[in-house]
Amino acid sequence: MLNRLTDTLNFQAQALSLRAERQRILASNIANADTPGYQAREMDFAAALREATGHANPAARPAPAQAAPRAGHLPLQPGEAGPTALRYATPSQTSLDDNSVDMDRERASFADNAVHYEATLRFLNGSVKTLTSAITGQ
Amino acid sequence: MSMLDIFQVSGSAISAQSQRLNTVASNLANADTVAGPDGQAYRARQVVFQTLPMAGAGSAGVQVSTVREDSSPGRRVHDPGHPQADGEGYVTYSNVNSVEEMVNMISASRSYQNNVEVMNTAKSLLLKTLQMGQ
Repeated sequence: MLNRLTDTLNFQAQALSLRAERQRILASNIANADTPGYQAREMDFAAALREATGHANPAARPAPAQAAPRAGHLPLQPGEAGPTALRYATPSQTSLDDNSVDMDRERASFADNAVHYEATLRFLNGSVKTLTSAITGQ
Repeated sequence: MSMLDIFQVSGSAISAQSQRLNTVASNLANADTVAGPDGQAYRARQVVFQTLPMAGAGSAGVQVSTVREDSSPGRRVHDPGHPQADGEGYVTYSNVNSVEEMVNMISASRSYQNNVEVMNTAKSLLLKTLQMGQ
């Protein structure tokens, strides 16, 4: 029963933690803008979110990629987006030192991700406020 | 919380960039040096950046792996009256390329600014996250 009450929060929480992870990846790209040979990483956010929230809707989820966990193995928890969700970003221009960070794109993505993070945060706050007002009945 | 890692990542980057800026400063300061303490002309120094893997997938900081000396020959100027002139009347100055150093300086300062901005954004997002549900 309590699960149902907080199920709406779960989706937003997953989205928030994925946004935080993407923010970290973009920060790493920006940090390595001058490192020779660094290859920029990028997250497929839609795929990662689908993977993280797939447990809520098992019918829509394709067959699991990994084998069933053996005895003694810990099953992967939803929300633990592994490196599979990470891709290499393709640069729009090649550089002499083999660095594939496109600073303009990274900065734009970073600002975009920050706004999305804040939006998710507000959705969460709104849900919490709605629940609280429903509980107190005022 | 994985967002806290941003401070380590960007912090390592600004420390590396400030070391690069330091190197540029010492190169520019010594651009017209004739001889150092060892009697040889000053050689330009360049930092070499390296990716520093950190905990968490995709998270990578920066570190300065080595500071290497530029081995190109120094600038030779014909000035027979100079006390450091050699037998042919040439004085060997340092091999610092001032234009290159200025470009390096601007690049380092821009990267530094970018990383500071990243940390500011991450900080404000984290502070807002702390107030969640209030």
